[in-house]
Amino acid sequence: MGITDFLTMRHEVLLTILAILVLIIDLNLKPAHKHRIIPIVLSLFFIHTVIGFLPTENGVLFGGMYHTSALTVMMKNILNVGVLIILLQSVTWLRKPDNKEKMSEYFLLLFSTLIGMYFMISAGDFLMFYLGLELATIPIAALAAYTHHQTRSAEAGIKLILSSALSSGILLFGLSLIYGSTGSIYFDKVGELFSNSPMQILAFIFFFTGMAFKISLVPFHLWTADVYEGSPVNVTSYLSVISKGAASFIFIIIHFTVFHSIAYVWKDIIYLIAVLTMTIGNLFAMRQKNMKRFLAFSSIAQAGFILLGILGGNQTGMTSVIYFVLVYIFSNLGAFGVVSAISAVTGKESMDDYDGLYATNPKLSLLMTLSMFSLAGIPPVAGFFGKFFLFTSAASGGYYWLVFIAVLNATISLYYYLLVVKAMFINKNDSPLAYFKSDIPTRIGLLLCMAGIFVLGFWSQIYEIISSFSFGILY
Amino acid sequence: MNILSLFVLIPVLTIIGIVFTKDLKQSRIVSAVGMGLQLLMAGLLVYLYLAERGAGNTAAMLFKYDVVWFPTLNIHYSVGVDGISVAMIALTAIVVFAGIFASWMVDYLPREFFISLILLASGVFGFFISLDLFTMFLFYELAVIPMYLLIGIWGSGPKEYSAMKLTLMLMAGSALLLVGLLGIYFNSAAGGGQLSWDIQQIAKIHIPIEMQRFLFPFTFIGFGILGALFPFHTWSPDGHASAPTAVSMLHAGVLMKLGGYGAFRVAIYLLPEAAHEQAWIFLILTSISVVYGAFGAIWQKDLKYINAYSSVSHCGLVLFAVLMMNQTAMNGAVIQMISHGLMTALFFALIGMIYGRTHTRMINEMGGLMKVMPFLGVAWVIAGLASLGLPGFSGFVAEMTIFVGAFQHTDVFHRVITILAVSSIVITAVYILRVVGSLLFGPIKDDHFLKLGDANWYERLSTISLIVSIAAIGLAPLWLSNMIGQSLIPMVQKITGITVAGLF
Repeated sequence: MGITDFLTMRHEVLLTILAILVLIIDLNLKPAHKHRIIPIVLSLFFIHTVIGFLPTENGVLFGGMYHTSALTVMMKNILNVGVLIILLQSVTWLRKPDNKEKMSEYFLLLFSTLIGMYFMISAGDFLMFYLGLELATIPIAALAAYTHHQTRSAEAGIKLILSSALSSGILLFGLSLIYGSTGSIYFDKVGELFSNSPMQILAFIFFFTGMAFKISLVPFHLWTADVYEGSPVNVTSYLSVISKGAASFIFIIIHFTVFHSIAYVWKDIIYLIAVLTMTIGNLFAMRQKNMKRFLAFSSIAQAGFILLGILGGNQTGMTSVIYFVLVYIFSNLGAFGVVSAISAVTGKESMDDYDGLYATNPKLSLLMTLSMFSLAGIPPVAGFFGKFFLFTSAASGGYYWLVFIAVLNATISLYYYLLVVKAMFINKNDSPLAYFKSDIPTRIGLLLCMAGIFVLGFWSQIYEIISSFSFGILY
Repeated sequence: MNILSLFVLIPVLTIIGIVFTKDLKQSRIVSAVGMGLQLLMAGLLVYLYLAERGAGNTAAMLFKYDVVWFPTLNIHYSVGVDGISVAMIALTAIVVFAGIFASWMVDYLPREFFISLILLASGVFGFFISLDLFTMFLFYELAVIPMYLLIGIWGSGPKEYSAMKLTLMLMAGSALLLVGLLGIYFNSAAGGGQLSWDIQQIAKIHIPIEMQRFLFPFTFIGFGILGALFPFHTWSPDGHASAPTAVSMLHAGVLMKLGGYGAFRVAIYLLPEAAHEQAWIFLILTSISVVYGAFGAIWQKDLKYINAYSSVSHCGLVLFAVLMMNQTAMNGAVIQMISHGLMTALFFALIGMIYGRTHTRMINEMGGLMKVMPFLGVAWVIAGLASLGLPGFSGFVAEMTIFVGAFQHTDVFHRVITILAVSSIVITAVYILRVVGSLLFGPIKDDHFLKLGDANWYERLSTISLIVSIAAIGLAPLWLSNMIGQSLIPMVQKITGITVAGLF
């Protein structure tokens, strides 16, 4: 492998080295000093993230199975930043005595899934895509069952692996139909050969169903809430932010490269699924009392909004989806960061425990409020811009009624996001959670989220960069 | 630095200043200084504007500043003012200034209170200076959301319910509005060229009539919800009644005007053909607002509810006048916005002051207050007389202009609907005089009222600044109506210059 090839796939190579390093370092640490792995891994991953931002050239490897472009690099960088924040947020929790023996496992599993996502995003054919997808999914099941002595966590792991096995099966069936009817698994070839024969439409529907499981679109969302609730908070945030973001990225890429010729089929399907996902996600989110379940359902609803951008089906749509995912990563991680900080210190995860939080922990409450506003799409924070551009892209396709339904749903979602704000600011509580100081990594993580929530919106440069990248994969 | 951008910058700087304050005393002083400065700026703006016009500058918008924000979507940060926006900015500055002094004694979380209040104000200022639909929408939503915290935390009564209802209804309104704005944007290249969010650009273009028919209800109702259009007004009485004093003042005084302003600046100005076609539906709804609001006020016993319903009635009149779509009526609409803004702010300020002393807002529990608090009593009478349209106060000028304008339509439908709306003046007199009578005169119902004091210096400052403005408009309306009228001419030309006939 030459140096140019290395540069082409440096994300994957570096992270693989990093994952192996985790094992080696862990082996050489004395049991009393196991926690020293945390700062080492954090700094290594930080370096990895920075290297990811170095300029790159487009390249194709393995005969077209793998390709890199400015767009894929940027998607990977977005994921890297998100993972970095999650790592920072998990430090307090990892330091707990329960997790002392298995810190390196956490990092290893996390990095494995991230490598899977890299391959998935860079995939040039369905084989690489499927490999990446599985690599990105199976270790997460182990992560979900990380605190395996707790029944709920073990249950979450089993549920995740079973439902993802099922969805992978469906997806594979769709892929086999695609291969059978076109004789190729390469995206660009399949895209050329794809027509509107019934078998190919069936293939698309199976493929779509499999992906819908991964992104947890209604009606394939039923695993989400239980898995999210059972997993440790940081795994939940990883699932709902990074996994979902990566799956959305590949989802749009494949829609535009492979299935562009049957757009008239998937536009109707996506229209319907978007309405269902937003509405049902919202209606369920309203009733949740556990913060993790609450965020799980709210993230289902958010996935419905992402579909609006896909439906736009043009440059604006692509840009707005990527931009929205970027904003969503920061806002949702802000919310999860607060939940995780509180859960790590006090073990409380119910919304009632947040009553009167502003009196004791004003900074955390403020960040939570900003995240909630950003998720709901309220200016001046970034979520407003993210949602607005999604709506713009849907309107550019003439879907005014869908935009109307979506904005109404955004209003409904505002209701339950405000419930959290209400709990912290308005509800009276005789014994609110005691004041506590978060440790430095958590604070850095939260600060990053806050900066992202504020800066991403006003700083139009970011949107413009994304908008310039998205070219190239459109047909 | 463009003078208009300062109107957003000063509130933001004030907010940053308040963050560093420690207690009520410091934060209210910082707020008062910031908003005092804002008031001076507003005065300066009016002066500069009149000077420019006097020097013969006839551009539609003055002090323009335009910078590209999101190039791919052609979103600009674009500001500029004409006579209408200058008048609205001056109104906002006065009401916010008075509001700061009306909340001089907020003891619970004062820092957060002033931050939210000024955040709301910055949204309103930003809305009035915007010429770009995106920026306008951004500021619009920015102005709505602090209301939730302001009512939910510092409100009274069923505050959580009211706050949620208000926020959700207004956000549903902005859902409609967003569809309308996006539709306008994607049809703004109808004559060829680039898509645009710029109001003046779009005004030069003829949007296809089918799209206009589809978009007008979205846009008009979207703004109309904020302007308390019947039957979407129900957030207003609950919201106003539960809100703390300064918030009621700001909300009824200024925020509801965003609805009226947007309705003609965006909905009618950019979609004139559809406006002509569909005006009759909304004229019926607004005249229901006008009459129903006034009747609603008669039945209420709570001072805040009375004033909230009266706001529904008066704001209904603004939308009513806007829909008449001629120079005189629209001129009246703007004057009514300003006049009602000042009047209702004064009312809510007085209600807050009286409630702070008597600890009740029920009119049947009070009486004879004129004897114990003469200053507040006289101020109340002034506000009441202004509200029922006594010559010499702003209310008379506004209503007179509106109804004269409305009567310029010679057909039966407009005549009948105008006569209906005019009847609200009589009903207004009923509820205003009833309140004045039972609140200020008659025997004192409760002995401890005798020990109550009259207004403090900060309350007087707040009240007097509003009364002076009301009287100024009432006594010398010409400078205001000229300023507005000049700016209305190009808009009215565009609206009336079309040939599509309406249903009536």
